[in-house]
Amino acid sequence: MNELASFIGTAFASGTVLAVAGLGLLINERAGVINLGAEGLMLVSAVTGFAVAAGTGSSWLAFAAGAAAAALVAACFGWLVIWLNANQYATGLAVTLFGTGFSAFVGVSYVGRKLDLPLNHSVPVLGDIPFLGVALFRQHPLVYLALALALLLSWFFWRTRTGLIVRAIGESPDSAHALGYRVRLIRLAAVVAGGALCGVAGTFLSVAYTPLWVERMTAGRGWIALALTVFATWRPGRLLLGAYLFGGVNVLQLTLQAQGVQIPAPFMSMSPYLATIAVLCIISSNPAWIRLNMPASLGRPFFPSQ
Amino acid sequence: MIRLEARPAPSRLMVLLSPVIALAVTVAVAAILFASLGKDPARGLYVFLLKPFSEVRLLSELGLKATPLILCSLGLALCYRSNVWNIGAEGQFLLGAIAGGGLAMWVTMNGVAVNRWGFFPFVVVAGALGGAAWAAVVAFLKDRFHANEILVSLMLVYVANLLLTWLMFGPWKDPKGWNFPQTVSFAADTTIPRVFRGLRVNWGLAVALAAAGLMWAFLFRTFRGLQLQVGGPAPAAARYAGFSARGALWTTLLASGGLAGLAGAFEAVGPMGQLTPHVSTGYGFTAIIVAFVGRLHPLGCILASVLLSTFLIGGEQAQSTIQMPSALTGVFQGVLLLAMLACDAFILFRVRRGAVALRAGRAS
Amino acid sequence: MTTRSLLNTLAAGALLASTVLFGCSKKEEPKPEPAAAPAPAPEPPKPEPLKAAWIYVGPVGDAGWTFAHDLGRKGVEAKFGDKVKTSYVENVPEGADAERVIRDLVAQGNKIIFATSFGFMDSMVKVAKDFPDVYFEHATGYQTSPNLRVYEGRFYEPAYLAGIVAGGMTKTNTLGFVASVPIPEVLRNINAFTLGAQSVNPKVKTKLVWINAWFDPPKETEAAQALINQGADVLLQNTDSTAVLQTAEKNGKYAFGWDSDMSAFAPKAHLGSCLLHWDVYYTKAIGDVLDKTWKTDMVKLGIKEGGNDFVKMSDAIPENIRKKVEEAKQYLIDHPGEVYRGPIKDQSGKEVLAKGQVADEKMKAEMNFLVKGVEGKIPTSK
Repeated sequence: MNELASFIGTAFASGTVLAVAGLGLLINERAGVINLGAEGLMLVSAVTGFAVAAGTGSSWLAFAAGAAAAALVAACFGWLVIWLNANQYATGLAVTLFGTGFSAFVGVSYVGRKLDLPLNHSVPVLGDIPFLGVALFRQHPLVYLALALALLLSWFFWRTRTGLIVRAIGESPDSAHALGYRVRLIRLAAVVAGGALCGVAGTFLSVAYTPLWVERMTAGRGWIALALTVFATWRPGRLLLGAYLFGGVNVLQLTLQAQGVQIPAPFMSMSPYLATIAVLCIISSNPAWIRLNMPASLGRPFFPSQ
Repeated sequence: MIRLEARPAPSRLMVLLSPVIALAVTVAVAAILFASLGKDPARGLYVFLLKPFSEVRLLSELGLKATPLILCSLGLALCYRSNVWNIGAEGQFLLGAIAGGGLAMWVTMNGVAVNRWGFFPFVVVAGALGGAAWAAVVAFLKDRFHANEILVSLMLVYVANLLLTWLMFGPWKDPKGWNFPQTVSFAADTTIPRVFRGLRVNWGLAVALAAAGLMWAFLFRTFRGLQLQVGGPAPAAARYAGFSARGALWTTLLASGGLAGLAGAFEAVGPMGQLTPHVSTGYGFTAIIVAFVGRLHPLGCILASVLLSTFLIGGEQAQSTIQMPSALTGVFQGVLLLAMLACDAFILFRVRRGAVALRAGRAS
Repeated sequence: MTTRSLLNTLAAGALLASTVLFGCSKKEEPKPEPAAAPAPAPEPPKPEPLKAAWIYVGPVGDAGWTFAHDLGRKGVEAKFGDKVKTSYVENVPEGADAERVIRDLVAQGNKIIFATSFGFMDSMVKVAKDFPDVYFEHATGYQTSPNLRVYEGRFYEPAYLAGIVAGGMTKTNTLGFVASVPIPEVLRNINAFTLGAQSVNPKVKTKLVWINAWFDPPKETEAAQALINQGADVLLQNTDSTAVLQTAEKNGKYAFGWDSDMSAFAPKAHLGSCLLHWDVYYTKAIGDVLDKTWKTDMVKLGIKEGGNDFVKMSDAIPENIRKKVEEAKQYLIDHPGEVYRGPIKDQSGKEVLAKGQVADEKMKAEMNFLVKGVEGKIPTSK
């Protein structure tokens, strides 16, 4: 029983990185911008956060610095894509490439260094409940923040005026522009906010999840976060579920091995990707459903009429 | 206040200058980085950018390294011109390597007698079929389910990687290889014929250049090619004119998958001479950058392939001769592409000073 | 559209052409002219330093495999000073690129080249054939030639010692092993670890997780966590980072350092580090070249030769276990490599070594079974 509780706990932690990054990308995409540079943003923030944590010993400063660094790179991406109307896919890929190389370069002196941060977190009282305590209440604060964030975003997008405007921009920027909204500024704000969240996710990876810096340590999590937004049909609650599912599958595969179950490991590892493809097909095959769910202007450049 | 204003017509001058400026920006960034590491910027730039051209052996390596990039980027250029966003060239490359390598492995393990020139066409066919088949999955899923090709092709890269891993650790593992994840070394006669004795560049380069020529002819001299390019930016107009989006999807994906697969097969059967999990060093993704830097034009793809190969080889030289960190290559590639994308904006826009002229209907 | 693209590519072509012309006309930097100095007394000219180069599969800062090799390289510099000039290339992919890097190093005048990963084997063999007067040394490979030597550490020796400690320290009788890829070297380590533990505690089991990578801290963390969740309280890994050790620290369990001294990373969890001293081998190899006594071989180094060791044993280890470790160490010094002594059964119960039998080099080199007590399988094609 304890094993199950531990497994749930580990799956939560593993999925949180994907969840936070995915929520950031969701904000981007709801505003109509697709940022393929998520992987690069996460790496830049991971190295920045680690460097600050190593230098100051403060976890909070590390998260702030990581988020700021990613937000900065995202802002450059936003400027290129929103004002200079550069191709969103190519620019995003360039950010990934640049972020990967830059973080490796800057991080050279941090490889093999140790952080002096507390390793264990537990909610007082709740953390000691026999089963649920181990499963749910012994996590890093960010895990709980991710849940709160998903709720916040749901409320924001569907219950506030600003959220409605952002969604409108994602559906039809021309209409929003005609109504007098400052489409480009709002899009930039979405890109920067989304970038900052990717930064938080990246910092979590290097400062809390595995307190180590190594080049390319995100190992494709940015790409999975991108797939998650589609998997979740751009809804925060579903994204959270998807993130824990993907995180869980990863840990499940390792747990089954540890239990001595013989599964062909490569096929188990393939399952998140095959699952994403399957979901993509299911939700895309119904054009009405897609129209209902996908921000219509996703990936398309916006030219304010002269 | 400075703002950007759309030009009445695209600027010819900027079309010429944009890649030059982008390269200049990259060189400047490189010089700053070298100086910040305490190295002589001039020497650093020489080793990085010019040394690869200074010896015949290194020129041959450039050719060898550029071959897969040219092949992959040609296919991607075709796709992007037609608004089909194939991001999965890496997966198609791997499947081509599996197909071509698998054939060479079969020949080796069954002792079939071949000679290099006789076997070469088989490698070409196998590689192209492998890559095209993988791309066909993307095309099918988009055709049937409207599944976004970016995400599907990307997810299939991971699947292809895991497939290769499974083969290497399982059914294709060399029985005498001490349990290491690799196939047998392919028989010497299966390898791709070399152009010069003693140098590694092989006739795959000729195939790549020929493919570039064919692609140019297709894009700019055939009706079908024109169809594809018009259909890209203006799908509604294209449909009105009777061009089929579906045809474009299948044509471009199969072609680009086939080209990427060729690259993979050449790499496995050529310089590597066996299949291992390391058959690709990210060629499929680097090719995306090459395609953009090369302006989606076949000749541009060739030149951009050479440029990025220079970065890669120069980066190695920089490590061993002036002790530069290996991460610099990625930084330069990223900076080059970002600068290029930024400069390209100035083809369509120009900088204007002065107050914003308010006209009816403008809000931002 | 066509003209624009043509102009564009002409511009790029012009740029390229100019760089080619420039590059071809500039071979190497001109050496500064030596000043003509009067020679008062005939002095023998100082010998050119021996140029030696290393190629690494990962980054030097990984605190693991590559880090240990680089320490070895620095040891060579410290010992030989002016007589040697070393350089290295890191992050070399184990594919077609490796051959180019090795040829480059030869072209730069290096007379001995060390390749520190199995995947460089084919490239080393090819280049060695073309340059018979350059010495090539390949770590953990199995192909040799007149100028290509193979060297390896008997990693399973310190793994055995770690096993003894693990067997003595475990409270749940469950050990955990985070393994990289299912090659004989790793299987030897898993078996040695388990056998060592069983020698002091016959009831132990070792749970096994494969991550199919040598170096992936987040995956190593998850694997370690999965093992701990399943009840393992002492872990060993074959992977190159400190992640497993740090995960053990986080969960209040025990673990070991691997490849280098990792005691600083986990003050409470660290029980000992399995260490590699590559400088012992590298200084010998350089010495062979300088003394002109180099010859090809398949060299194996273990505790006896000082090539590896088990160090920094934690104060938490009780005295009787320490003694057992010392005894085992002495036995291995007197009988190098004799970790696998029968009777040993594999997982299916079949006896692979009878009582009194010792595994020979062939059996060790081709090891493809796991001993009884290991819970986990070797990934196969099924």
